[in-house]
This record gives sequence, C-alpha cells and structure tokens, in this order.
Amino acid sequence: MTRLTIPKTYKLYIGGKFPRSESGRTYEVLSTGGAFLANAAQASRKDARDAVVAARAAVGGWSGATGYNRGQVLYRIAELLEGRRAQFVDEIVAGEGVSAAVASSQVDVAIDTWIWFAGWADKYVQVAGNGNPVSGPYFNLSTPEPSGVVAVVAPSGSSLLGLVSVIAPAVVTGNTVVVIASESLPLPAISLAEVLATSDVPGGVINILTGSAAEIAPWLASHADVNGLDLAGAESLDWVELQIAAADTLKRVLAPVTGVPAPSIDRMLAFTETKTVWHTKSLI
Amino acid sequence: MTIEHGAIELAPAERALRILGSDLSEKALRRHLEGLPGVDAVGLEQRAAGLGTRSIKTTSKAWALDTIIRLIDLTTLEGADTPGKVRSLVAKAITPDPGDTSTPRVAAVCVYGDMVGSAVDALGSLHGDPDDGLISVAAVATAFPSGRASLAVKLADTRDAVDAGANEIDMVIDRGAFLSGRYGLVFDQIVAVKEACRRPDGSFAHLKVILETGELNTYDNVKRASWLAILAGGDFIKTSTGKVAPAATLPVTLLMLEVVRDWHLLTGEKIGVKPAGGIRTSKDAIKYLVTVAETVGEEWLVPHLFRFGASSLLNDVLLQRQKITTGHYSGPDYVTID
Amino acid sequence: MSFLEYAAAPESTALLNLRDSYGLFIDGEFVDGHGTPFSSVSPATEKKIAEIATANTEDVDVAVAAARRAYERTWSKLSGADRGKYLFRIARLVQERSRELAVAESLDNGKPIKESRDVDVPLVAAWFFYYAGWADKLDYAGLGANPRALGVAAQVIPWNFPLLMLAWKIAPALAAGNTVVLKPAETTSLTALLFAEILQQADLPKGVVNIITGDGTTGELLVNHPDVNKVAFTGSTAVGKAIARSTARSGKRLTLELGGKAANIVFDDAPIDQAIEGIVNGIFFNQGHVCCAGSRLLVQENIHDEVVDRLKARLSTLRLGDPLDKNTDIGAINSREQLDRIRELSDIGDAEGAERWTAACDIPADGFWFAPTIFTKVSTSHRIAREEIFGPVLSVLTFRTPAEAIAKANNTPYGLSAGIWSDKGSKILAVADQLKAGVVWANTFNRFDPASPFGGYKESGFGREGGRHGLAAYLDPEARGLSSAPARIETPGLSSAPARTETPGLSSAPARIETKKKGATK
Repeated sequence: MTRLTIPKTYKLYIGGKFPRSESGRTYEVLSTGGAFLANAAQASRKDARDAVVAARAAVGGWSGATGYNRGQVLYRIAELLEGRRAQFVDEIVAGEGVSAAVASSQVDVAIDTWIWFAGWADKYVQVAGNGNPVSGPYFNLSTPEPSGVVAVVAPSGSSLLGLVSVIAPAVVTGNTVVVIASESLPLPAISLAEVLATSDVPGGVINILTGSAAEIAPWLASHADVNGLDLAGAESLDWVELQIAAADTLKRVLAPVTGVPAPSIDRMLAFTETKTVWHTKSLI
Repeated sequence: MTIEHGAIELAPAERALRILGSDLSEKALRRHLEGLPGVDAVGLEQRAAGLGTRSIKTTSKAWALDTIIRLIDLTTLEGADTPGKVRSLVAKAITPDPGDTSTPRVAAVCVYGDMVGSAVDALGSLHGDPDDGLISVAAVATAFPSGRASLAVKLADTRDAVDAGANEIDMVIDRGAFLSGRYGLVFDQIVAVKEACRRPDGSFAHLKVILETGELNTYDNVKRASWLAILAGGDFIKTSTGKVAPAATLPVTLLMLEVVRDWHLLTGEKIGVKPAGGIRTSKDAIKYLVTVAETVGEEWLVPHLFRFGASSLLNDVLLQRQKITTGHYSGPDYVTID
Repeated sequence: MSFLEYAAAPESTALLNLRDSYGLFIDGEFVDGHGTPFSSVSPATEKKIAEIATANTEDVDVAVAAARRAYERTWSKLSGADRGKYLFRIARLVQERSRELAVAESLDNGKPIKESRDVDVPLVAAWFFYYAGWADKLDYAGLGANPRALGVAAQVIPWNFPLLMLAWKIAPALAAGNTVVLKPAETTSLTALLFAEILQQADLPKGVVNIITGDGTTGELLVNHPDVNKVAFTGSTAVGKAIARSTARSGKRLTLELGGKAANIVFDDAPIDQAIEGIVNGIFFNQGHVCCAGSRLLVQENIHDEVVDRLKARLSTLRLGDPLDKNTDIGAINSREQLDRIRELSDIGDAEGAERWTAACDIPADGFWFAPTIFTKVSTSHRIAREEIFGPVLSVLTFRTPAEAIAKANNTPYGLSAGIWSDKGSKILAVADQLKAGVVWANTFNRFDPASPFGGYKESGFGREGGRHGLAAYLDPEARGLSSAPARIETPGLSSAPARTETPGLSSAPARIETKKKGATK
C-alpha cells in the first residue's frame, strides 16, 4: 500500500516569510495533462505593494554588503539548489510535462547559471567601472551602483531556469527584486523561495509572487518606489502599456525576450547606475 | 604674560592675548593655528587664475600702472651692494622715468641693513612716508635671507637698521622652527623683533614678516604662518625673500589676502601684504591689484597696506606707461637701469 | 575713480560673418525650411541676430532620409579609422574658429564670453578629439567584440550649452558609426549653424550630420520619426518622460539627460574659501542654467551664518552685464520665458517664508536679467528646495550630521549631481558612496571632461555622456542579423550556442537575448 503524502501549501515569499495572499485568493496549478497539482497563492496588488516595501527595506543592507559577501550568499544558494535537485526535477516534470532527463538538465543549467552570476559579484565593478583620465588635477572614478528595487516578470515557459536567469543578474549587483513567477508554472518558484529562505540571503532581497502577471505587473510598473522593470516574460502582456506607465518615473526598462535570456553581463549592468566621482588632488 | 616655550621672557603680544585669551601657551597657539579651515589647492589656484582673467582697459589701466609704481619697494639685496649701487637705486626710486616727470615715485627702497645709511643719505629730504609722496627706507634684517642665526644676532641686526634710519624692517621667520612645529619659538622671535623696532621716541619701525612661502611649501602652512605673524604683531605679511623659488605667486598672495580679510572682519584691524620676487611684468602686477581689490577691497591699494617687492618690474611698468602716452611700443633704451 | 570699475572690455562681433537668414543643413547643404521661420534674438539686447528656418514634417522626413542614405551608403562603409579622421578634422576646425564660435555663443545664448571662451568652446574641441580616437577602438569599449552602430540617431538638445551639447551628442554618435539628425534649441540655433559650416569645411560626407532648426514641434516630429533607431534627448524631465512614453513601442534606443536639483554639501571642516568659490560656481556659473547646478546649499548648521556672510561678500564682486564684455561674470537669462519662470519660483520662495537676498547689480534696461539671489531659511518642504528653477537662485538649507546631509541630499526624485566639501578624505568617500547622483564633485564643482561619464539617477534620466560609458548609448553590444553564433559566455551545461535574433522593443537597455527553450514545450 502506497503511503499517503503530505501535499505542500504554496504561499507567496515576501520579506523572507511565506504569507498567503492578503486577498486570500488561490488558483489551481495543473500539470500539462490537466491533473491538479496544487493551489498557488494568487497575489494581489497589495501583496505587490508589500513586496516592494520589503524589497526597499532590504536594499540598504544588500547593496551595502561587499561584493565578496554577496557572492558567498549567492553561492550558498547554488549549494542548496544542488541539494534539492530531486524536488525541482519532480516539479518540473509535473508542471512542464518533460522527461526527467530534460528536467534534470534544466536544473543543471539553472544551478550553473546561478554560479556564473555569483562569481560576478566582486568583479563586475572592475569590468564596468574605470578611472577616467581627465585633464586636470583630479581623481576621477566611475563605478556602477545598483538601481535599487527591480520588478521582474519572469519567463512564462521555463519554470526554474527562466526564473533564475532573471533573478540572478538583478541581485548580483545589489538590487533587490520583486518577481512575478510564471503563472502556469509557479511551483518551482516557491520551492526556490524555500531554498532562499534557508540560505543566507536576507529577507526582502528576493520576493516572489505567484499569480497573474497581467493583474500585478501594472501596479509594479507604475510604482514610484520601483527603480527598474524587467519585462522578460511579458511578451504576451500589454507590455507597451507597462513601459509607458514606467516612463512616469523614468524606470530603467528591459523589453520582453522570447524564451530564456542567456547569461550576459549586459543584463547584469542594465539595472546599474554609473556614478562618477571627482576629487581634487594636490601636494600643497 | 608670555608664550611659554622655555627660556626667554618677552614683551606682551597684545593681539595674541585678545584672540587666544590668557592661556598664551604654545599649546593654545598650536590649537588655534591647526584649527583653522584648510585650503584646497586646486580651488585656490583656480580662483587666482579666474582673477587673472580680468581684462583691464584704458583709463583703468593707466591708473593701475601708476598705482603699481607707487606701491613698489625698489630692491637691491646683493652681496655685491655698495654705496654707489644704493645711490643709483635711490635715484631711480626718485625719478623712475627722467623722460616723464608725471611718473609717480615708488613707495620705498629696500636694502640690507648695513646699506640703510647710504639710502637715507641719498634720499635726503625725500626720505619719509610714502603716503605723503615721500620714499621710505626698508631694511631686511634678522639674518636675511636664511634666518639661521641666534636671536641675539637677529635682534642686533634689527636694531642696527632701525638706528641707521630704516622706517621699515623686513624680517624673516624661522622656517626650521615652523616646520618642526615650534610655533611658540617663531612667535616669540617676531615679538622680540617687533620690540627691537621700537625707537627712543616710542614709535615703532613698521614690521614686515617674511614667511618664505616657497619653503613653507603647503598652503595650509602659509595660512597658519600668516595668522601667527599677525598674532605676534607684524604690520605686514610678506611672501618671500626673493632668494628662494617659488617666490611670490598669485595663489599664495590671494591666500594671504584672505587671511588679512578675515583678520579685518574679526578685529577691524588692517594688515598689509607684500608679494616679493618673481613679479616681473605689468600684466602680472595688474593681476595682483585685481586680486587685492576683489579680496580685501581697493582701500588696500595704498603704500601702508600693499607693496610689491620688485626690481625689474618697474621698468616693465614704465614701458607700458610710455606706450599709453605715446601710442606706440617702447624699448629698453628708453628706460633707465638702476 | 574706482579701479573695480574695470573699463568695458567688449569682445567684438566684427569677427562674425553671420548671414541674415539660415536654412536647414540637410545632406551637406543649406536648404530652405518649409515651416514658418522665426527670429533668434540676443537675450542681452533683445535685438534680432538672424532669421532661422523651421523644419516641418516634410523637412524632417528629408533629413532622416538623408541620414539613412548616408548611413547605408557611406558612413557604415568607412573604417573606424576614417571616421576618426573626420572627427579629428572637426576638432581642429573648432579650435581654429574658437574665438568666432565663442562670440557667437555668447551673443545668442547670453552667457559671458569668459565662459564660452574658456569653458564651452575648448570642451567642444576636446569632445571631438576624445571621441575621434575611439572610432577605431570600439572593440575595447567593454561592449563585446564587434559592437555595431544603431543607424540613424535623432538628437534634441537644450539652450543652456548649445554648442557643447551638440558636441556631446554628435561626437560619440559619429565615432560609433551612426549618422545624425540634430535639432538645436529654438532660442540658440546660431552656433549649430556655424558648426554646419565647419562640417562643410571638414568635407564630412553629406548626410552624416543633418541639423534642422525649429521648435518643440520639430523636435517631436524628429524623435517620433519611424526611421530613427536611436533617440538622445537633453532637456526637461517633463519632456523626457513624454519621449519615453512615445518611444515605448517603437524599439528605438533611448537616452535621456534631464533636470536636477543638486545638493552642494558643505561640512564644517571644509576648506571654507574654496567652498565659497564652489558654491558660487555651482549655482551662478552660466546664470544657473545648468542641469547639474548646485542649486541647494546644504551647509552644516554650525557654520551656516559664517558661510552665508562670506557668500554675500563674495557675490558683491560678481559683475552682471553685457555678455560680450570680458569682465562679465553673470550674463543674460536666455529668454523672457525663462526669466518669467525664475521670477515666479522666486516669488513662491518668498511666499513660502524663505528669506531672499539679492546681490546689488546694475540691471541694463534692455534684455533679460536676474541678479544672483540667495534664499536662506529654506526647508525641505519648500518648493524652492524641490523644483528646478534653472536660474541664479540658491536655496540654503542646513544639516547637523553627515547622515542627515545625505538623507536631505537624496530626498528628491532627481539624481544628477552633488558636491561635497570637507578636508576629511574618509568622510568624502563615504558620503560620495551614499549619494544617489550620477556625478559627485568633491572639493570642486561643475567640472566636465570628455573622458568623464555624465548622467543621472532616477528622474534625472538614464544613460551616460562622456568617457567609455558614453559609447554605450550609440552601440549595440550584439551583432545584428548574423547567422553564425556570435561570441558568448561559456557556461557549462549549456548546449551549443543557440541562434540569436535582434528584435525591436528596447528602451535604454542592452539588446535582447534569445535562447531556444530547453526541451519540449506545451
């Protein structure tokens, strides 16, 4: 006789905690075959608002940490992902309807992508910043700094790799994120949240909302306390309207991509601001 | 009350007492000087350069040239100086341009202490206060230019010059003492020299204190030394001996004028400033006039508050003056050597 | 007489060879504009300088088409080295004609000749020199191998530094291989048109740079033109937002350099006299018509009175008057509209309860003038502490601790620049770290250099001009339309490099990256 399982309740991940949606709503997550998998929390605009508050509260600490420190934290997340491989493979197989081998490969790439980004934490400044040889007695240095809070619409078709590919580049540089996970494939997102919760990443650095991007994204796009907007997975939404809304506060916006964005330094630097400091120099 | 630095009891330093209060210790002096706001060299030099872009034309220029002449301490400070040389210098001071009697006289002649007698003789009835149109005699003293001698020798040097008739004494501070932080010693020496400027009738020869900014090196040091010299009783603060490079520069003079401005705001008292050495052209000298006017005000452009320590500057000013009068460029044959 | 009178030392306009009317510079020639022409006046005398053409829809089309032709047939086929040579020629010509350009700039804009001669025009030449050298070194710009030009750039510039803003736009665009249609500001077209003559002297291939004059409508037509690949705008935040909205669906790359309300922070351990100079330079240089002006003085409370006193004393030696007089420090306000705005906001400052002090200046009868003004007792809640006045008006606020200074400095939607004055290096560096500003000046202010990136945080815009970073605005880090996979980062576990395609829909961000989905999908 097979053992009765304990099905997991999937909640939101905000501020390092797992609250249900303040609206109390949930929605059914089905497998590709139509089987019931779970009830996921359906985030409301108030959840999004709370997530932004948590993300903003976390910016100071996360961006103030040394690059080395952030790299270590991100690396630990990769360690924990590695340990949880099996769970993710199961969720991907169930949700995306792929074979275990394919799911396993996705998990591999997701972990390796995460590590690639982790390694950038104490290096991207050296690649993107530089001293400037101005013609005068001045010390002059340009360095990239994080933009702040970034709202992300994760790719809809790739439950784990897509998610990782948009979260990692944003947080490496010290930004904090509010991510809207794929509506149809939200389960690995919350499992990822569990990984985050047991890692050293401070609460609020990464906040994950499940639910309808069409409903939530506009609230994030117009939110004056959000500095960046990654519309990676928003191709099927009215994303131009989102971009127009974002223009009101001149957010830095990345347009939708098809599929999963490849790892690139450009994606990492998209949500940074270059600061140039001048200082007089003299012996006397 | 005296500054305690060890050995000698000296005359009271009234300004220092007023500003530092009754705690006239080297520690208090040091705290005051080191508490002064710093100087950013890049900003200071940019301000000086900005002042140097003022464009002086026509009527302002003619006035400026005459003013420069009136503010010159015509100088000879050579080991080879003789009574003959000094007589020649004085003649030039009295008649800068024999071809143009409208040319004003210089403010003073500046010589070594043992040449004061020759200068006084040569000036005759024209020896007197430049504010009255006469010419004063300034003597360098205190083991000029190095200042490396005992206090006794420096005071004797000073007294001899005053006795010989010098109206003004240009002393040097002890740069070694300053750079090693012995502000009290530097202070006491200035006080002592000021005392040595006292004449039997109770009046004092005017004391110019040469900071030797080229050796002080940093603007922060120049600022502190300026304050120190004023606190100790100097009537003028002077940039340089002219024997060390860099001598006077526009930024350093600007800085000293700012100290004088702040002293005036603080106490109502006006201290003089003398840039010396390295100012050879009218164009440069005019920049100094502009700097004075825009830092402390035009009222400082008088002999008892501003001087140029110069020798070759005078002839360049005369050449410019001649151009204005005649309308064409002049040449070295039309100005006299001294 | 007073020596400080400094008899007038006017620069002569005789060396200018101005035409009575100017057309549009399209495809290497001056042609008639089809909109209603307008006059450009000297803001110091209100006298007409020349008649300027207006580009209408048809003209904008022709200009963009010329730029497109030039891009496809000529400019994109030249080597970087050759592009660089043209830019070097332009730099040299600017230097040769620098005096003429400075006089024209002061005449048209109202800024003192001292500034256009010593700051604006030398920087213009330097900008072209700097980017000339980059043209054949784009592989080293940090944007990957073979970064590609974007195509045709539409550029709209403001009236505060007319020729300098033109240089900031054109030099990097051309170095990166783009062609340009540029619209100068309505009140300051003159030096752009003289620059067009320089382009003819440089023998720049026709259509590479097109200069179309006109007002805001012309600018709107230009940035919304469908055949433009890139939009670069410097101007007000309001217009910047409008452009961000209107280009949202277009796929055009966008960079914006907008307004600011910079804090100039003076600590009690500042080098005081140089700080005073820095404050004066920060807000009164160029009559305060500077996006990065230090328009808020944040002074440590314990030295407030001393600093304000010294500031007032220093302002008494500023000379306001004829921009062409070499001794003028404060020139004319650029237009009646701007003067009205400055007056309006200053009146609001009075109404809000701040205390106004104005330097005593003789104001000429004709022209647009505003004497340097300081408002003390300003609080963070006042409009004059938040809104950009863009004039010679300083708002003075106080703070007690470095943390409070930072909080007040950052308490604004803007984020363009900031100044820090202190003799303590560790404090300067720590404060600089925390300021949300794209440019931070320590113990100095308003320093510009072609090697130094300039641009804002938050609502001051995005993108940088100057330096290596300034190239990013005009280049695509990924090759477009290549069939073979371009270089990519080696990531273990990934299969062979997937094909990439460039799709429109970008804002300020890097190119879109596409990968095939892993495994089967449903």
